[in-house]
Amino acid sequence: MSEKYFLKHIDRPESNTLAFYLQQGGYRTWKRVLQEKSPEQIIEEVKRSGLRGRGGAGFPTGLKWSFVPRQSASPKYLVCNADESEPGTFKDRYLIEREPHLLLEGMAMAAYAIDSRQAFIYIRGEFAYGAQTLERAIHEATEAGLLGKNIQASGYDLQITVHRGAGAYICGEETGLLESLEGKRGWPRLKPPFPATKGAFGCPTVVNNVETLVNLPVILSLGADRYAAIGSNEKNTGPKLYCLSGHVNRPGLYEFPLGKNLQELIYQEAGGIRKGKKLKAVIPGGSSVPVLRADEIDVAMDFDALVSRGSMLGSAGVIVMDEDTCMVKALLNLATFYSHESCGQCTPCREGTMWMKKILSRIEHGQGRPEDLPLLEDIARHIQGRTICPLGDAAAMPAASFLKQFRQEFIEHIEQKKCPHSK
Amino acid sequence: MAISFSSQALEAFHQLLALYPDKSAALIPVLHLAKREFKTITPEVMSYVAGLLDVPPTRVMDVVSFYTLFPREEEGRYVIQVCATLSCSLMGAGTIIDYLQKKLNIGIGETTADKRFTLKKVECLGSCGTAPVMQINDDYYENLTPARIDEILASLP
Repeated sequence: MSEKYFLKHIDRPESNTLAFYLQQGGYRTWKRVLQEKSPEQIIEEVKRSGLRGRGGAGFPTGLKWSFVPRQSASPKYLVCNADESEPGTFKDRYLIEREPHLLLEGMAMAAYAIDSRQAFIYIRGEFAYGAQTLERAIHEATEAGLLGKNIQASGYDLQITVHRGAGAYICGEETGLLESLEGKRGWPRLKPPFPATKGAFGCPTVVNNVETLVNLPVILSLGADRYAAIGSNEKNTGPKLYCLSGHVNRPGLYEFPLGKNLQELIYQEAGGIRKGKKLKAVIPGGSSVPVLRADEIDVAMDFDALVSRGSMLGSAGVIVMDEDTCMVKALLNLATFYSHESCGQCTPCREGTMWMKKILSRIEHGQGRPEDLPLLEDIARHIQGRTICPLGDAAAMPAASFLKQFRQEFIEHIEQKKCPHSK
Repeated sequence: MAISFSSQALEAFHQLLALYPDKSAALIPVLHLAKREFKTITPEVMSYVAGLLDVPPTRVMDVVSFYTLFPREEEGRYVIQVCATLSCSLMGAGTIIDYLQKKLNIGIGETTADKRFTLKKVECLGSCGTAPVMQINDDYYENLTPARIDEILASLP
């Protein structure tokens, strides 16, 4: 049994209170860090830990922080990305609702490391309970002198503000998120400039995912070396949350070191496929990553092994589909999602996602034409790499991979002029 | 008659302004406040919010029309949002939506005649491990079955 850092208190509903958190030794590391470590030392330690961003891209966190100018005439901001909306992903919601102080402790460390005095938590609008939980936790921690003005007589101030979104997947993209934080439509920005130099309100900004931030108290209490020993190799370190959904016997949240074997995750941990059915397909990292066939899942769930397998770790949102699943219908479902969530700014994505949805809908409903398959591939190719933000790629990649991996099913729909799965 | 926030909401408004380096950045939180006060974000509400924040009404409209959580038309007392994205769909969201339509005798996007329920089909609510899922106003309801839905709807005040 590997040690749990995030799901340790899954059976303790009171885990979101300050009293409980303090009892477990919470904020002890924050107090020690504030007394003993300089911001440079923290950045160095996080770099040595090997922590890579848990939002999906896997960018090294310490390196991201080091792009923020040390000296800056303007304020610097830390923004926590709590806009969790990638289909198949539900890890941040648990952390927010059940471990809010772990998140605040991690945010305090990150803000101190980049010398930010004001931080925001951008939480998706639907998480009303999560926003309340965070507000209460911030209040408790401020009253206890762990946040706020002159924390522990160190001279360091930190104000954390909860900012609720209002229903838009695109705001999970970091520059879309910053636009939304500034009170605008969540239209992603052209990069450069990167947020590290010009982010929120034109000031240097770091945007980190919830799960990334909760790793910081773990790193700074264990030390970089012990932390780096967790995981599959030196490039994939630390504990990781895995979200299992779809046709498994025990869907839910699981914690293991980064690099847990996907087959073990599905068959041992989540109890295998429901009703004794056979597995057909798995999307391993949230809806935006390429789909794997049942014979491709003996693979480590880490940033590099999944890339070698032709997919990605993404958010580790594992969506499991059994033998009865219609892959055309599944892809149509995702195409509908991306078409709805495309922000409309870039033509290839706005028009391409809409056409993919329309074409898939006609294939599913028995009106597909043989030329629809190359047409879909052509549309996907013309979206990928031609948009401001990665939503376009996120829509194109599943389409291209479903068509490659399960082409025969698409052909059957077209030839039989109906969905073979519908009765 | 011109609309206005209650004194309590005005106090909340001033507290919000202090949290942002730029007044117009408070637009989304102020719209959440306006939704709580007025329920529907009508053109009149948009003009009022624009006045409070010293921004043109078009800026408010631009933002309101971009997001899904600011209703521009009147909704029922309980807004039922059923997640229809992949994990929920694999676990039977379609059946749940059909059942609700029949039970409430309305289509998707419609409101019952007594203005009690509005039914919406929405994209991923981030609760895929407990699919199928719906949200009624601020609360999540998970692992849904038709029988659970009967219980939940009957329990609403």
